[in-house]
Amino acid sequence: MNKTELHMLEAVADLHGVPQGAYNIRKNGEGAGRQSTANITIETKTDKPGIDIIVKPGTKNESVHIPVIITQSGVEELVYNDFFIGDDADVLIVAGCGIHNSGDAKSEHDGIHRFHIGKNARIKYVEKHYGEGEGTGERVLNPVTEIFMDENSFCEMESVQIRGVDSTKRNTTARLEKGARLVVLEKLMTHGNQIAHSDMVIELNGEGASSQIISRSVAKDNSEQVFYPRAVGNAACRAHVQCDSIIMDDAKIRSIPEIAANHCDANIVHEAAIGRINNDQLLKLQTMGKTEQEAEEIIINCFLK
Amino acid sequence: MLELKNISFNVADEKGEKDIITDVSLTLEDGKFLVITGPNGGGKSTLAKLIMGIEKPTGGKILWNGTDITDMSITDRAKLGIGYAFQQPPRFKGLSVRDLLSLAHGSDLPEDQCCAYLTQVGLCSKDYLNRQVDSSLSGGEIKRIEIATLMARDLSLAIYDEPEAGIDLWSFNMLVESFKAITKTRKESMVIISHQERIMKIADEIAIIANGVVKKKGPTAEVFPELMAEFDNTCSFR
Repeated sequence: MNKTELHMLEAVADLHGVPQGAYNIRKNGEGAGRQSTANITIETKTDKPGIDIIVKPGTKNESVHIPVIITQSGVEELVYNDFFIGDDADVLIVAGCGIHNSGDAKSEHDGIHRFHIGKNARIKYVEKHYGEGEGTGERVLNPVTEIFMDENSFCEMESVQIRGVDSTKRNTTARLEKGARLVVLEKLMTHGNQIAHSDMVIELNGEGASSQIISRSVAKDNSEQVFYPRAVGNAACRAHVQCDSIIMDDAKIRSIPEIAANHCDANIVHEAAIGRINNDQLLKLQTMGKTEQEAEEIIINCFLK
Repeated sequence: MLELKNISFNVADEKGEKDIITDVSLTLEDGKFLVITGPNGGGKSTLAKLIMGIEKPTGGKILWNGTDITDMSITDRAKLGIGYAFQQPPRFKGLSVRDLLSLAHGSDLPEDQCCAYLTQVGLCSKDYLNRQVDSSLSGGEIKRIEIATLMARDLSLAIYDEPEAGIDLWSFNMLVESFKAITKTRKESMVIISHQERIMKIADEIAIIANGVVKKKGPTAEVFPELMAEFDNTCSFR
């Protein structure tokens, strides 16, 4: 891999070279390295582009890295990645996509990720999106995430998009069975003329299912963001949706949290807030010797940490 | 040495201009501890903000060690070693207590030092180091952390705006003890805006500000008894 590719790999998956454990690296629309382990098998799909990741029941403390990097201008792809997590497994999954576009043509990666999480299994799923490059070509990422959670399973999903993606349409759905718990942490920063749209539907179908959705975003310059998280309680369950945004410059943000209860013991709460950086926060950091610009950076970095 | 020379501050309101501070002159020698007290709305907090640079005076001059800092920014005053504890400290989402203390210190603060500052303000450091400085903290907790942020700095002048406001009696006791401990070891000059007798008693000097002017300023031994006597004589039926 060249310097740019290694940099992209670090930006999206915190990797300095080939990772430990199972991995699949996709570069400019083609496979660039794969490793399965005794407990985690990665196979190429035969009917459409993409891979199946099969984690054996009971697999503990292992990880799967499946980063995607695009460094050629004009690459457009759609891939399907299915994860089959066996009962009682406990694994870390790191995905992520980085686009370095130095040309004038659009580069786009649309990834459809499906998670089938078995009984009592636990996963942490980290997905980072990043774009850069001096070209005028658009950098587009449209991730679809579908999560099916069996009884008493746990999923923590962290999605981060901090820089450089011109347009993103993110679609996340989850179905939770009895006792399952889903935590989603979405962090997003847009700048320039970027547009980000995030739709989410969480269906809590089993007794004792619970979900916590936390969305933190910062919109700068002329960028636009729309959030539409929905939590639907179909059983005795608990859900909390929290959308918090900092708006700056000429940006626009719409936040439309929706909660629905179809069972009298469903307990669902939402909170949403959009606002500028609080002036007292800036003043406080200035009284510690920071300039106004430094203070602003500290506040944003903490907010998205 | 801090010198306020003929400081005035007025704001525009519907009737024209309203004087908040009028021709105030005050001096604070190095290493001294001054309590500024007086009735609500008298201009005390404004005076503290004028010293820190959060507000700019409409007249007069502020000198710090002989340098005119009247037009200096908050950041530059902070770099000269002036610090300010807010009456209502802001909260920060995503910032831990340890991060905040490190920011105040100017570099990453070792855990044991963070713990020492938190203990001094009566907080069990282990419980607080990784807590977020957000709305999960109570009013008393955030005030004590605010005071710890000033301790974590190497200051020449520390200004506290009503440190007792919004905290309960137990936290207040702890706070007085903290200030007693600070006064024993401190080298910096200190200005505390306060209504509390117990804080006034440990000061070197007291200034009474009312209606935007200095009504009285002098050593605590002189001003404190007079102030107390004034309250004792307010009931005409005695």
